[in-house]
Amino acid sequence: MNDFPLFPEQASSVSPLVDGLYLGLVAITGVVSLLIWIVIFYFAIKYRRRPDNELAQEQEPPAILEMTWTIVPLVIFIGIFIAGAWLFFRINALPANAIEIYATGRQWMWKFQHPTGQREINTLHVPVNRPVKITMASEDVIHSLWFPAFRVKADVLPNRFRTMWFEATKPGKYHIFCAEYCGTLHSGMIGSVIVMDAVAYQRWLAGGSEGSLASQGEKLFEKYACNTCHTSTSGARGPNLAGLYGKTRQLADGSSVVADENYIRESILNPQAKIAAGFAPVMPTFQGQVSEDDLIRLLAYVRTMGVEQPVATPVESPQSAIESTGAPAAPADGRAEAQPTSTTTPGNQE
Amino acid sequence: MTSTTIDDAPFIEPSTRARRNYLNDEYGVLSWLLTKDHKRIAILYLFSVTIFFVVGGIFAFLMRLELLTPEGDMFTSDTYNKLFTLHGIVMIFFFLIPAIPAVMGNFILPIMLGAKDLAFPKLNLLSWYIYMIGGTLGVIVIITGGVDTGWTFYTPFSTQYSNTKVFLTTLGAFITGFSSILTGLNFLVTIHRMRAPGLTWYRLPLFVWSMYATSVVIMLATPVLAITLVLLMVERVLQVGIFDPALGGDPVLYQHMFWFYSHPAVYIMILPGMAVISECVAAFTRKKIFGYKFVAFSSLAIAFLGFLVWAHHMFVAGISVYAAMIFSFLTMLVAVPSAIKVFNWTATMYKASVSWQTPMLYVMGFIGLFTIGGVTGLFLGALGVDVHVHDSYFVVAHFHYIMVGGTIMAYMAGIHYWWPKITGRMYPEWWGRLSAMLVFVGFNLTFFPQFLVGYVGMPRRYHAYAPEFQVLNVLSTAGATVLAAGYLLPMIYLFWSLKFGRKAGTNPWGAVGLEWATTSPPPKENFHETPVVTWDAYDYPAFLKAMRETQHV
Repeated sequence: MNDFPLFPEQASSVSPLVDGLYLGLVAITGVVSLLIWIVIFYFAIKYRRRPDNELAQEQEPPAILEMTWTIVPLVIFIGIFIAGAWLFFRINALPANAIEIYATGRQWMWKFQHPTGQREINTLHVPVNRPVKITMASEDVIHSLWFPAFRVKADVLPNRFRTMWFEATKPGKYHIFCAEYCGTLHSGMIGSVIVMDAVAYQRWLAGGSEGSLASQGEKLFEKYACNTCHTSTSGARGPNLAGLYGKTRQLADGSSVVADENYIRESILNPQAKIAAGFAPVMPTFQGQVSEDDLIRLLAYVRTMGVEQPVATPVESPQSAIESTGAPAAPADGRAEAQPTSTTTPGNQE
Repeated sequence: MTSTTIDDAPFIEPSTRARRNYLNDEYGVLSWLLTKDHKRIAILYLFSVTIFFVVGGIFAFLMRLELLTPEGDMFTSDTYNKLFTLHGIVMIFFFLIPAIPAVMGNFILPIMLGAKDLAFPKLNLLSWYIYMIGGTLGVIVIITGGVDTGWTFYTPFSTQYSNTKVFLTTLGAFITGFSSILTGLNFLVTIHRMRAPGLTWYRLPLFVWSMYATSVVIMLATPVLAITLVLLMVERVLQVGIFDPALGGDPVLYQHMFWFYSHPAVYIMILPGMAVISECVAAFTRKKIFGYKFVAFSSLAIAFLGFLVWAHHMFVAGISVYAAMIFSFLTMLVAVPSAIKVFNWTATMYKASVSWQTPMLYVMGFIGLFTIGGVTGLFLGALGVDVHVHDSYFVVAHFHYIMVGGTIMAYMAGIHYWWPKITGRMYPEWWGRLSAMLVFVGFNLTFFPQFLVGYVGMPRRYHAYAPEFQVLNVLSTAGATVLAAGYLLPMIYLFWSLKFGRKAGTNPWGAVGLEWATTSPPPKENFHETPVVTWDAYDYPAFLKAMRETQHV
């Protein structure tokens, strides 16, 4: 990067497309704007007020002119809409084989959790040339996770999971910014995404964790005593959760719902909202008792229940007790705000 | 009345009576504070909005100084957050929204219609007092510690997490909204009921059409803001769950409600600018506006479509892909009437008699800058690009091109254009041209680099930033200095001209319109006898003929 860049690094599969559309728009609108400026100046000079034209010569405008500059811009604008919408669908079309990473935003830091159990603050390690899906929620206010080098951004909400994805195409270290104003240290809610080649990524993953996210979730499943009701035996007080994720579920009121991240989230925090058919509304709420991090772990566990192989777990990781915070929280670059220290890591709140 | 013809409708008073005007008709503070004269109320507004413009400008300048270096080293983060919040709130609620309607609309609109006053003069005075109550609350907030939510008051930050004066600020914005509503109501009724004989709808100046569209938007949108702010205050004070998920609310609902007002509010701010520009283009090209009906109806189209695009502020906020598509499409549609206006204004200059006086310089600046502001709106409306540039400095640059490059350029054009009518004095022309050039150069230097730094990745509302963004930020701060000089100059020479300016005649520009058919400054009742209109809007030969016949010169 030189000192005066006009583009961020092109480091994801969609970056060249976004830049292409952007430059196309710059070209079209630049030409039109320039033409308008030239015409204004030309008219202003050629028809400047002189003694012989104190009053303008009136003429009726030809109707064809009005039609032209109504319809031609309309067609161009609709073309821009189509190009933008096509790209938007691409940016939102989640590939099937993505690595699942969970993110939590809170004033003022980003926490990332890997399926293999590593946890990071303000740093995210991802492999190159593999789609990465991020499932995220906020612990407090609205944040927005922005990877300028990947040209993707999504608001992180406090009341539900949202997902975004990218496929990094170039190893390197790039900015992570919070883009939605979130209070005092909004401009300090930054970090780095480190894109590694496959070998380096495997080595990094081997760096240790407290067991996979799902196995951490399994422990919580016992800790919160979920397993006393959600057993696989018939006549259990809670529904059997094995194989639940992604399935369509019949509800007591006759409607049905797809059991996705937000359904599971809601069923933990607000169990009375949707009652599974055939069960009594007896589950207590866990609102305020289960942290966002634990929700993510429970979700990871529920997703693996009844599945032979955990989905999208890239590698068996050694069961080391070291919590990985990745590379030192990086790009501070002379910034005044203090980075959150490891004493505030989520591991301490249990 | 119906038998009155142009020949016996005296527009100009004999010189002995011309000395009495709205300024010297009565004296004393109370004659101003209790006035029901739309012209005096306009002057009250002119003073008030100018003060808020200076205050908002100081906040902006302090921000630009902080952003000279990447480190957050001049203010604390909390102070910086308050600066951009107060800059936005002061400029939007206390300057841009009232500026053109309440100053120029109040002064000129009834005269353009040949009316003695607005339909409800007492409501008009009330609207100024309501505005001042809201503004006073704003000042109290500034003095007692400020507010740090951003002018958008996004929940749940504003209702649960901010420890600043959110309640007082939203109460101030809530109250000020009623002043807008009263002004809009007054304009609508006046335009419908109080046009002079012969002044049919298609003879109305385009200023009136655009103000009509503005008033419709004000009447329909502002109550939604009021509701939204009340809900916000209720949640913050009484902890009733509406937007905060911890209380069972939905934070994105707030964004829908807020933008349902605040996107139309953008048109409340720019439509009056377009109103002024149409008048100035006609006056300084001495020509009929090209495609009068297209320009008139494009204002109404903007007012209508402006209500259907609010969620384009929320493409990455968690709305569905299909909802985003619909709002993106509608956003493209709303760009068309703005394009029509730009093309028609430009075409009006063809074979015209183009003056290079100060208002026309601002007009040319407006058309050029509004064009850039408009086309960059297409970037933001194009979904795939918006995902990257949303909430970046690209957005900041875009709306400043519309609001500052558009509305404030138009405001400056209008102030210079109607200054002789308002005060009876001419401003110094060369100083005017100099300030117009300074504003144009300073503006571009301030805001063009922000498009670039936004695309590179600088988020908005950042107190400190990555070092690679510095060059563009330094350019921007340098531009802000020039821009500040461009705005300070008119405050000095316009004030100077009150005493030393050349006396303006009835029609110093040789322009068309009823306001140029009465003396400068106008008498208290605007016209001594109700004028009768026999000419189409901007029909120079017919207007001049009517004037010659009535003035017997």
